[in-house]
Amino acid sequence: MSAIFVMIGASLLIAIGFLIAFIWSVKSGQYEDDYTPSVRMLFDNTTPQEKETAINQETFTKTKNKK
Amino acid sequence: MIVKDKPEQKTICFHCGEDAQDQSFKIEAKLFCCRGCQTVYEIINKNNLCSYYDNQNSPGINQKQPIRNGKFDFLDDEKISNQLIYFQDKSQKHVIFYLPQMHCSSCIWILEHLNNIDKGIIKSQVNFIKKEVSIIFDFHQTNLKKVAESLALIGYEPHISLNDADKSKIKKYDTTKIVKIGIAGFCFGNIMMLSFPDYFSIGKLEDPNLKFWFNYLNLLLSLPVFFYCAAEFFISGFKGLRQKFLNIDAPIALAILITFSRSVYEIISDTGSGYLDSMSGIVFFMLIGRYFQNKTYQNISFDRDFTSYFPLGVIIINSDGSEKQVSVSELKVGDRIKIHNDEIIPADSILFLGKATIDYSFVTGESIPVEKSIGEIVYAGGKQTSGAIELEVIKKVSQSYLTQLWNNEVFKDTKDEQKVSFIHKISKYFTYVLFSIAIIAATYWLIFDNTKVWGAVTAILIVACPCALLLSSTFTNGNMIRILNKYKLYVKNASVIEKISDVDTIVFDKTGTITEQVKSQIIFNGMDLSSEHSQLIRSLANQSNHPLSKSIISFLPFSKNLNIKNFKEFKGFGTSGLVNNHFLKMGSSEFVLGQNTIQLNSGSKVYISIDDEFTGYFNIKNNYRKDLEKIVTALGKNFDLKILSGDNDSEKNNLENIFGNKTEMLFNQKPEDKLIFIQQLQDKGKKVLMIGDGLNDAGALKQSNVGIAISDNTNNFSPACDAILSGNNFYLLKELINYCRKGKTIIYSSFIISVLYNFVGLFFAVQGDLKPVIAAILMPISSISIVLLTTSLSSYYERRLTKT
Repeated sequence: MSAIFVMIGASLLIAIGFLIAFIWSVKSGQYEDDYTPSVRMLFDNTTPQEKETAINQETFTKTKNKK
Repeated sequence: MIVKDKPEQKTICFHCGEDAQDQSFKIEAKLFCCRGCQTVYEIINKNNLCSYYDNQNSPGINQKQPIRNGKFDFLDDEKISNQLIYFQDKSQKHVIFYLPQMHCSSCIWILEHLNNIDKGIIKSQVNFIKKEVSIIFDFHQTNLKKVAESLALIGYEPHISLNDADKSKIKKYDTTKIVKIGIAGFCFGNIMMLSFPDYFSIGKLEDPNLKFWFNYLNLLLSLPVFFYCAAEFFISGFKGLRQKFLNIDAPIALAILITFSRSVYEIISDTGSGYLDSMSGIVFFMLIGRYFQNKTYQNISFDRDFTSYFPLGVIIINSDGSEKQVSVSELKVGDRIKIHNDEIIPADSILFLGKATIDYSFVTGESIPVEKSIGEIVYAGGKQTSGAIELEVIKKVSQSYLTQLWNNEVFKDTKDEQKVSFIHKISKYFTYVLFSIAIIAATYWLIFDNTKVWGAVTAILIVACPCALLLSSTFTNGNMIRILNKYKLYVKNASVIEKISDVDTIVFDKTGTITEQVKSQIIFNGMDLSSEHSQLIRSLANQSNHPLSKSIISFLPFSKNLNIKNFKEFKGFGTSGLVNNHFLKMGSSEFVLGQNTIQLNSGSKVYISIDDEFTGYFNIKNNYRKDLEKIVTALGKNFDLKILSGDNDSEKNNLENIFGNKTEMLFNQKPEDKLIFIQQLQDKGKKVLMIGDGLNDAGALKQSNVGIAISDNTNNFSPACDAILSGNNFYLLKELINYCRKGKTIIYSSFIISVLYNFVGLFFAVQGDLKPVIAAILMPISSISIVLLTTSLSSYYERRLTKT
């Protein structure tokens, strides 16, 4: 029967961990704006190449060579 | 008849998507409608941001109206700019700008790549719902003015008003509600789990040790629910009692208190395991209900006051002629200020220099700008429309004409929402009935078995908690708010729905409400108007006071007035005269052409003939809202309709055609007049719904039982109102009011269900024999079924709404 005490304790601890994670996420403002992030993640991070080549000539050629 | 219809071509501006017919602005194969759009494209292209155009077709903001150079000069002033900065360290400053132009995903993209345009900007992050961008910039490399100018350069001119300077108004996103729900849910779930063994063996756990531990663990878990999550019910209930008013929170608080104390007693005395699961469940469900109902719309500010109209900075001219930027709130009587074209006058003042043509449409609703000459008083809130002027301030900002309206008592007292709602009336009776049942049960058990008194009374109060009643109203309202939101009627809070359903009189404002905000549309049909002809027509129209002539004058390009001989005005027909030796006639077709033509589409036509040769006609569209006539006839059956207008009565005939001659119409109404008119109606016992728009209705909107502001752009200034309705959905007005009326039906029917549940619970409770398992089953079932019922009913009525 003592196993159940350990299990209950463990389950409570895990649940409390999730509760703390939830409170942290709320407090850090993750629910403040529920629209913009959904759009933001769809943007490509790469900017058009013309200027990129001029500035980052090195990195650009490197990645090219890899291909 | 010579009617020229321009063929539709798909030549639209690459930047903003507007018509780019003349093809004069062109880069490579890309067409632009104006120089401004082209410039913005060049900047975007130069800075390598052309992905802007990939996400969305023609996402830009039209640049036809250029922004004045030096418009943001006031941000150079340390005092002013510091009012906007909300965080600052050794190298960075943080600022939030409100950009009403934001409208699509491309906007987000470009605003989050501001760094490409101004290297000093470290990070920019968009909150699309609030239409805000928060910018972190290195103030060694750039400054606030430059940041604002970069934004303006790509078409996102930040809106900076006096309101922004008041930091106390920055509303922090309120997280406590969600945290409370989270904690209550967590505790509820765990208590439920720990109580399970107890449910099945009904009171007799085999291992007494296990029972002991589970009970105390439950007690521990219920502490945050009782002391933290449920605190708002206690506070609100107590506040109500202190005002000698039994609000709906009082019986709930009592139920929670009794459940908790009885459970604590049972656990400590080792006589049972209490009802902690029921208690935390109740709190959890009710918090969710509240959250649903109070979910406000961040993107709409209901509480904008006059400060959001006024600019933040203004140019003061010193006695030596030098110019200086100061914050508007620092303006003193006697200061000389300079106002540029399209700027709003911040304080009542006397015109000192320049030609003032002031558009008071915000304040009075009068759409035609007023000309003022030197020495005359100009009032705050007017917008200068003809070049720069110099003014001498005669009243401080806080005392001016416009702000006085806000000082009216109506704006000060916040209506006590709670006392109005019918739910609170029901809950009052509910509480009385509940107490009488408890007393009867107590006396019964006193006589027959006095060991059961305490058990029966607490059980009654536990099981008959009015939470089902509260849940039915909160979930119904929450769901209705969401549905109304879908139809672009944004209500301020849940009580507005109920107030709308009680309305019996509807008062319309004219300008901007039943007419569209776009000024009257004028189209000239006929031969091409040469500049000579337009000068002739303008000169003749200038002689006439008819509103149609005024519209024509505003339509035609400015030209010098020519001499007129033989000017004649025929009332109801038109005018004629000899202008520059040309004989002009303008007016109805009967007057000009000598024959009646059938009026096909709505709108007034003004026919023109020069030297007895028909030149064409002006079509001046009645810019009434779509389907106005239909709405009015539909509403007229059930409501008393009235019209208030700040304008003159030139439209009276047209309005009578639509509204019928029984409708009361008042013209030339000042903002105070409108307020008083509403008050008088209310004194007669009417429940008034005021529908208005601008600032000039603010008093009336606030005074009325429900004030709905019609807005073609929900991010526009919206004055003190209870709800905002998008202009495009104005035609749904009647359906939406009907839908609000259904709200009561839904709440009543779910209330009946909850009473049935209560009967079952009370049946056990009065016997003094309420087992925790019964409470634990009854409570969630009743809550969940009520939530389901209200949501499905409100969605059902919504479907009926769209059918009609």
